[in-house]
Amino acid sequence: MAVKTQPVTVNLGPQHPSTHGVFRMRVMFDGEEIVDVEPVFGYLHRGTEKLAEERTYSQIITLTDRMDYVSSMLNNQSYVLAVEKLAGIEPMPRGVWLRMIASELQRVASHLVATGFLLQDLGALGTPLIYCMRERERILDLFEMLCGARITNSYMRPGGVFMDAPKEFWPALDRELDDIVNTIDELEAYLSGNEIVFSRTKGAAVLPPELLINASITGPMLRASGVDWDLRHRDPYDYYDKVDFNRVLHSASDNYARYWVRVQEMRESVKIVRQCIEQIEPGPVRPSFDDVPRLIRPPVGDVYSAIEGSKGELGFYLVSDGSIAPYRMHARASSLINLTLLREMLIGEQFGDLFVIFGSVDLNMGEVDR
Amino acid sequence: MSAAFLDNSLWRNVYCVLAGESTECAARDYSSGLLPGGMEWLAFLLSALVVAAIFANAILGGVIVLIWGERRLFGRFQNRTGPNRWGPWGTLTSVADAIKTMFKEDLVPAEADRILFNLAPVMIAAPALIVFSVIPVGVGTYVADLNVGVLFIMAVTSLTTLSVLTAAWSSANRIAILSALRSVALLVSYEIPMALALVGVIMLAGSMSLGSIIEAQAIPFILVQPLGFFVFFLAAMAEMARAPFDLTEAESELAAGYLNDYASMKFGLFFLAEFIAELSTSAIITTLFLSGWKGWDPIPSHLWFAVKLILVLFVIIWFRMTLPRLRVDQVLKFAWKGLFELTMINIIVTAVLIAIWPEPSTTELWIMAAINWPVAIISIWVVSKLLGTSAYESPTPSESAPVYPVGTETLPANAGVQGGGDK
Repeated sequence: MAVKTQPVTVNLGPQHPSTHGVFRMRVMFDGEEIVDVEPVFGYLHRGTEKLAEERTYSQIITLTDRMDYVSSMLNNQSYVLAVEKLAGIEPMPRGVWLRMIASELQRVASHLVATGFLLQDLGALGTPLIYCMRERERILDLFEMLCGARITNSYMRPGGVFMDAPKEFWPALDRELDDIVNTIDELEAYLSGNEIVFSRTKGAAVLPPELLINASITGPMLRASGVDWDLRHRDPYDYYDKVDFNRVLHSASDNYARYWVRVQEMRESVKIVRQCIEQIEPGPVRPSFDDVPRLIRPPVGDVYSAIEGSKGELGFYLVSDGSIAPYRMHARASSLINLTLLREMLIGEQFGDLFVIFGSVDLNMGEVDR
Repeated sequence: MSAAFLDNSLWRNVYCVLAGESTECAARDYSSGLLPGGMEWLAFLLSALVVAAIFANAILGGVIVLIWGERRLFGRFQNRTGPNRWGPWGTLTSVADAIKTMFKEDLVPAEADRILFNLAPVMIAAPALIVFSVIPVGVGTYVADLNVGVLFIMAVTSLTTLSVLTAAWSSANRIAILSALRSVALLVSYEIPMALALVGVIMLAGSMSLGSIIEAQAIPFILVQPLGFFVFFLAAMAEMARAPFDLTEAESELAAGYLNDYASMKFGLFFLAEFIAELSTSAIITTLFLSGWKGWDPIPSHLWFAVKLILVLFVIIWFRMTLPRLRVDQVLKFAWKGLFELTMINIIVTAVLIAIWPEPSTTELWIMAAINWPVAIISIWVVSKLLGTSAYESPTPSESAPVYPVGTETLPANAGVQGGGDK
């Protein structure tokens, strides 16, 4: 006997504990099955791009910190690379190496947060999350040594970084790199063979690579579907052509693959940092103020420059009218673009998987709404 | 007053202090009572009230300790200190929390069905307490030794779901109703393996009274009934909606499920009932599978019971801290395709063994244990293989060819747009 049922619309968010910030979804359920999803953005809109039009090129660095606040270093890097390209600034080698060290550490921190919250969404009551966060805290301690700030770093400048690393940074970094590897091993021992994690993430929200490419999804989400697209390898910026690392690929394109790609990328990031430590040499970390003044006046023109952020291609488009502030700035926010497939991922899935799938996108509302 | 009550030291002490002149009490060396002769009925009523009050308050005190202990353990599991500010080692934290909860504003949603909304918290707290009435917490320390004790437990514990459903329905909240539906699905599925898991114990003890079941445990039944214990433990976790089966509250999905619209002490009662359920489930497991208050002599029976109870509680908290949550369909599949089969195997094997040794002595119980353990291990392994998800061949990160073909040449050095454009 077929029971007559009626779909129910439920409003989830913006004050829901699992929405990774302030995100809202109007979800239509038929029993436990998701029939329709309508995402609502904009609760964290702060007008970063408009504000940038009123700031000098150096001041904008602090705005980029606040976009994706779990990977500020990467935002900094993407932005200063765009400015360097626009103004034709030649960066100092030591500054570039420090930039790479900082951004790879930030990638690890961001992936730790993504993995931890994915498990939190799976219902693991905080324990794995806190273990991930503990390791992230120690990375933030390193950032504190580098630049005095933990979250909103503003560490990088066009042409390098603003300050050399203190002496005690290097031994602390070595210790931390070993500990990150240990943490990843622990995480994998706990999770990769865990039947509950496995049965819930395997085969959930499978996306074909063609769809991902057409939706211009980038980052771990794309690589989890087997598409070999990593800007560090495809379009090497900074000194990524001087380091050797593996591109992590998985062919399953489901939640588990995304989790797995992130975990393995952390290992690769550690490898990159180790190579950076080997190759870094003493020298100035940024050009003198005679070469790159505080008030940069790039020539008239526009530029787009992108890096491989923790969540995907993170690009900045800058238009200069020759003045001290950009005429227009636009950020290619990978979180927002990765979120565009949310509906395709969710429809037909179970309610219990909703936030797991949502979490597997690894989005940050600060970046989505800017 | 029947003699059965006077075998119970808790009742006897209260009753005979009141009505010591009655013949039953005089026979047990109680010289004189407070009440004059012929007032035994009043003594009976008063002693019933006193016993109930003692038990209920002891449980509530236990819950306060449990909440503190659980939070401290959470802290240790999660690499932090846990509550440690208020009182020595944070022991007064629960008290402070209780006071805070009481003084919060009591909100009732405008659309709520007020009568049911107010009734639900009471309905959930009462059965949780009542379960304890049949559990002996020491030699002769119980409220009542029902001859259908096990059935009574099964019946009363399933009342919880009724109040969850009432709470969800009356608060007119869609998320709450989703949670209540999950709760009902859990009850319907897990009540059956839970009850069937106990059949083995009942067959071995030859009685449904918890007192007799403890007496029958010459060795703890966890040794004789490993499969029954396994199934009962998991089903009980599901029944009280604990991780990994915490679908009804499911903080990361349903916020707090049926608790969404409750505030103040109404929320407090739900919270309390949840912890009483945890306590009572542990007490039931202790009684049925860990031989209850039985132990070796110099240590009093109540202490044995407490130690075993804490052990079970620790395992439950450990589970909760460690495991992620299952999805609804997986939880139900696990009950019907996994636990149900295991209980059936258990019942058949136990029935055969009982047919061979109808009144098992200690040696025969050991022989049963020796037969049951391999059966349990093999059948659990087989079921886990049948139900489990097979692992991926995780590819090792390498420079191997991309799975999806994309252009292999790197982009030109200056791929970005640069220069030009009149503004």
